[in-house]
Amino acid sequence: MFDVQKVRADFPILSQQVNGKPLVYFDNGATSQTPQVVIDAIVDYYSRYNANIHRGVHTLSQLATDAYEEARLKIQKHFNAKHSYEIILTSGTTESINLVANGFASILQKGDEIIVSALEHHSNIVPWQMLCEHTGAILKVIPMSLDGDLIMDEYDKLLSNKTKLVFCNHISNALGTLNPIEYIIKKAHEVGAAVLIDGAQACPHLKPDVQALDVDFYVTSAHKMCGPTGVGMLYGKEEWLRKLPPYKGGGEMIATVTFEKTTYADLPHKFEAGTPNICGGIAFGAAIDYMNAIGFDNIAKQEQELLEYGTKRIQEIEGVTIYGPKDLSKKASVISFNIDGIHPYDIGTIIDKLGIAVRTGHHCAQPIMDFFKIPGTIRASFAFYNTKEEIDIFVEAVKKAKLMLS
Amino acid sequence: MNIQAIQEDIVDEFSMFDDWMQRYEYMIELGKTLPLIDEKYKTEDNIIKGCQSKVWVHAEENDGNIVFTADSDAILTKGIIAILIRAFSNQSAKAILEANTDFIDEIGLKEHLSPTRANGLVSMIKQIKMYALGFNAKNN
Repeated sequence: MFDVQKVRADFPILSQQVNGKPLVYFDNGATSQTPQVVIDAIVDYYSRYNANIHRGVHTLSQLATDAYEEARLKIQKHFNAKHSYEIILTSGTTESINLVANGFASILQKGDEIIVSALEHHSNIVPWQMLCEHTGAILKVIPMSLDGDLIMDEYDKLLSNKTKLVFCNHISNALGTLNPIEYIIKKAHEVGAAVLIDGAQACPHLKPDVQALDVDFYVTSAHKMCGPTGVGMLYGKEEWLRKLPPYKGGGEMIATVTFEKTTYADLPHKFEAGTPNICGGIAFGAAIDYMNAIGFDNIAKQEQELLEYGTKRIQEIEGVTIYGPKDLSKKASVISFNIDGIHPYDIGTIIDKLGIAVRTGHHCAQPIMDFFKIPGTIRASFAFYNTKEEIDIFVEAVKKAKLMLS
Repeated sequence: MNIQAIQEDIVDEFSMFDDWMQRYEYMIELGKTLPLIDEKYKTEDNIIKGCQSKVWVHAEENDGNIVFTADSDAILTKGIIAILIRAFSNQSAKAILEANTDFIDEIGLKEHLSPTRANGLVSMIKQIKMYALGFNAKNN
């Protein structure tokens, strides 16, 4: 039985006061909070078995190696990857994307095409622009509708035998749109293109099955799903990971005699040069355990309730425009909105003083803001540990700020 | 009135407020008094970088003094610019260049505004000083 108060007690940070008010944390889209079990895993690692992995024969090194590899297995199981070596531990989504982009630099030819969606985070646009500059490939964009949905008819038209790679986020960070990635993957495969899905915003809400999706690459960050910052993963199909050159150190190092075969010899270590974020990886595993113990069905149910309730309450405020899908079943628990005539930043600054954490601004998705011709939005993103009472506090705070600013 | 005296006045005014709410309400009021920039100067070149909201600042010479006008799409930001303009507008380039900006800390603006906004504040001051530097170089 899901009991939100019991769940909240798992998160020490949630019980504190900010600016003299109880914290209302609605910036989960930027980073989620950390439960005590994950904090304990971090403390335990540094207190008991901090050592470098895959190298030492001594006991601590073996304990650390075992724990790190166990975390990889947990991640493999969670995402249902076929092999554990298809899970590459990285510093996060951005590094994972750059790793793939870097690999494709040696695959793409001039005139090849890359398709990205109009709903992308900057981290999903810039690496591809750089890749295109470097290779002479061409970047195409799947446009979106006024409801913040990607237009699939337009996507179909962009696909051709020139398409080599398609990029799309699973859920948009700015609007919360749940994208039709099954369709996107299927159609890309019909023309022989690979697909990378950015799951950073999706993984806190749902449990992707990479084999069922038949996706070529899937990336995410631990800190969006109750884990620590500075660690994330790249899932890649074995055939693709074998095809891509190593990332760190650069492709040219492969040919030199000083290249250490033991480090780069096989997957996943080929992409994990240097000492990794050992503690982070282990804590990522603990976070996955925690979220599965809560249960993704419970998470989805609680968040959908918060989304419906929050949408209803925010719509009570006069002059509100909510951006993103109207159909709440096609949306994550994110409400991105503006109030007529008021800058989102003014609202954010004032409600911060009332103990409320939301994101304001363009959410690293400037093209989306340009599309709607707005400077940014106020984004409230809910996690399973949030409550309807917090939404009430939030709505009252926004009303108060609006009164001050009108 | 010289810059130092104006700054002291501003610090006095802000010291009357007990809490952030009154402080912000006052800033919103000040924002409404901002001498607005002529629409024709609201260009990309006049946008100050480092602010989450858009800020435009324009400077002109009048009787040997520099007169600033500005605008922003966020009202709290307008309040901050209004405070800066009150301190620095209608002063000589030399006086602006020599003035310090400790009063910003004293009225608690830097501490009370979020880091991105505080960066914007620093950029605004820098821009005001740059204008003064420009006019100073031109006149000497």
